[in-house]
Amino acid sequence: MSDTHSESISFVRESFLPEVPPPAAEAGPVKWLRANLFSGAVNSVMTLLALALLIYILWGFLPWLLGGNWTASNIRECREIFQGSGAGCFAVLTERWNQLLFGFSYPPSEYWRPTLSLLLLAVVIAPVLFSHLPRWLLIVTALYPFTAYWLIWGGTIFTPVMALAGVIAGYFAYRRAVERGFAVGLLAGLVVALFVWWLGGLAAASEPDSLALERVPSRDMGGFMLNMILGVVCVSLSLPIGILLALGRQSSLPIVKWICVVFIEFIRGVPLITLLFVANVVLAYFLPPGTNFDLILRVIIMITMFASAYIAEVIRGGLAALPRGQYEAADSLGLDYAQAMRLIILPQALKISIPGIVNVAVGLFKDTTLVSIISMFDLVGMIRGPILASTDWNGVYWELFGFAALLFFVVCYGISQYSQWLERKLATDHR
Amino acid sequence: MMTHTDIQSGQAAQASAAPSAMKVSDEIAIEIENMNKWYGTFHVLRDIDLTVRRGERIVICGPSGSGKSTLIRCINALEEHQKGRITVDGTVLSSDLKNIDRIRSEVGMCFQHFNLFPHLTILENCTLAPIWVRKTPKKEAEETAMHFLRKVKIPDQANKYPGQLSGGQQQRVAIARSLCMKPRIMLFDEPTSALDPEMIKEVLDTMIELAEEGMTMLCVTHEMGFARQVANRVIFMDQGQIVEQNEPEAFFNNPKSDRTKLFLSQILGH
Repeated sequence: MSDTHSESISFVRESFLPEVPPPAAEAGPVKWLRANLFSGAVNSVMTLLALALLIYILWGFLPWLLGGNWTASNIRECREIFQGSGAGCFAVLTERWNQLLFGFSYPPSEYWRPTLSLLLLAVVIAPVLFSHLPRWLLIVTALYPFTAYWLIWGGTIFTPVMALAGVIAGYFAYRRAVERGFAVGLLAGLVVALFVWWLGGLAAASEPDSLALERVPSRDMGGFMLNMILGVVCVSLSLPIGILLALGRQSSLPIVKWICVVFIEFIRGVPLITLLFVANVVLAYFLPPGTNFDLILRVIIMITMFASAYIAEVIRGGLAALPRGQYEAADSLGLDYAQAMRLIILPQALKISIPGIVNVAVGLFKDTTLVSIISMFDLVGMIRGPILASTDWNGVYWELFGFAALLFFVVCYGISQYSQWLERKLATDHR
Repeated sequence: MMTHTDIQSGQAAQASAAPSAMKVSDEIAIEIENMNKWYGTFHVLRDIDLTVRRGERIVICGPSGSGKSTLIRCINALEEHQKGRITVDGTVLSSDLKNIDRIRSEVGMCFQHFNLFPHLTILENCTLAPIWVRKTPKKEAEETAMHFLRKVKIPDQANKYPGQLSGGQQQRVAIARSLCMKPRIMLFDEPTSALDPEMIKEVLDTMIELAEEGMTMLCVTHEMGFARQVANRVIFMDQGQIVEQNEPEAFFNNPKSDRTKLFLSQILGH
């Protein structure tokens, strides 16, 4: 300042001021605190109250969590160690870890098989979730259901191999016959696939022990593994079925439309738990005596039907949200129905529907715990049944249900985060 | 540039050769005979007879609700008619879906609200139909698309999404998208009605250029300057009927019917 000619009107700066940081009260965390937590008297009081509440909760929770015991062999031992201090008896998780994850009758020597399936799932699901990965990886993904079935249920390798062969043969039959019309193609594909499956059934029955893993029957599946099986299978089946139902409901063919409307309205109007009871008990009356129709398969069918009806309605909302002009533009370019739907309508409608679809998927995954009511021992079934009923752990509620909640939360929160990332990635409308 | 080499089956295609600029051939592109359409019980189009020759540029005007948009939307079966006959390029429009898809791939259409596909880039918008309907190899489709994007003067926007473009640019992309299918006929449904005055010019310039190359065009528009400059025929519609049609000079300077006079005085009067 001193060497500027401050007395004259014309001004030329001769020395530059040094760079200084902004006042401490107006920058960084201090500024943030002032603006958001202590901006006024009321706000300051509220902040302090909230802080006090937080400390109070942690005061109770942290000793329970951190001071918990992980090694006792039953609840009485826990109580002796704690002497009434009320810390968590997490030893139940350590002791019953395998039961919580795999149920109580899955052979312990085979635990590596479902574990491997889960790890593989994490790998093969990547190309489905992330479109920038090379597309040929989807072939590996397509092989996964057969691999996972073989790993989890065991038995001869002929079963999944012949199932896969049936799918492939059916596909080629469809490709050959589809020129004579879609219905002909579909029929030809189905007939060929069924024929190969029938052959495969004979082959698998005649060679039950070649390249076989120890067979584990469905009634021995349990724990969180059962929730994961039901969740993954039902979500991945109900999405395509839901899309077809939504399109069918909009169809101009009266019979197709009518079937879809009745299906959706009926399934949506019935509680899932009644459908599960139907799967468990009533279905057996309708099947010929002696038919061994796998219980897990029956439950998968019911949950899938239930979820696909909901997803169909969510997607119908997305379809209705598209401007008519998009349909007209696709039509006016000469695209046929299948092309217009696949390339123009569905990509946009599904994008709009992502929050709703995720909502249904998360709900479905949590609803898999309802199978505990029809005496299947999923995670909740295991806790309510064998574990809490045992004399060793009768009374350890918080730790067990807290653990179940945590497992479900991790998966559901992951799905939610993925869907938000996907929505941001697909946002091309620059509104 | 605009080679009409996509010969399809049908008598009309035999005589097709690149028409010289602004020339009208004798060949019939569209023939509408005694066509009627109802929305429910509302009689939208009444006894429409219209013959369009190859290379003809027709402007259709009229008050709103007169059925002019419905008329051109019937030509590519976006609306179905209940009575009468429409023949496009020698193919009679029927309810056969294959038939309809083939006619649609030969007839380009531009909409008032552009209707670009917002989830695809400009280039993908232009290559989608050639790749899937014409089975053109991707590389070739992209070259064609870039050719037409240069023609409508927005090649540098090829990798943007429609939402990033102005209205005028979007409409020019929509024109390029139609041209990529190498259509023999172009329909325009009020292409400039949703645009700012500044952008109307850039779209009209593109359409004029197209007209000069001999494209058969049917335009529903209120741009009377455009009609004077490029149309060989102006059609005035009211209450679902063709009230008057004439060459632009005669139509504007010496309208015959009172309804036409009233309409013209209202849209040219201020």
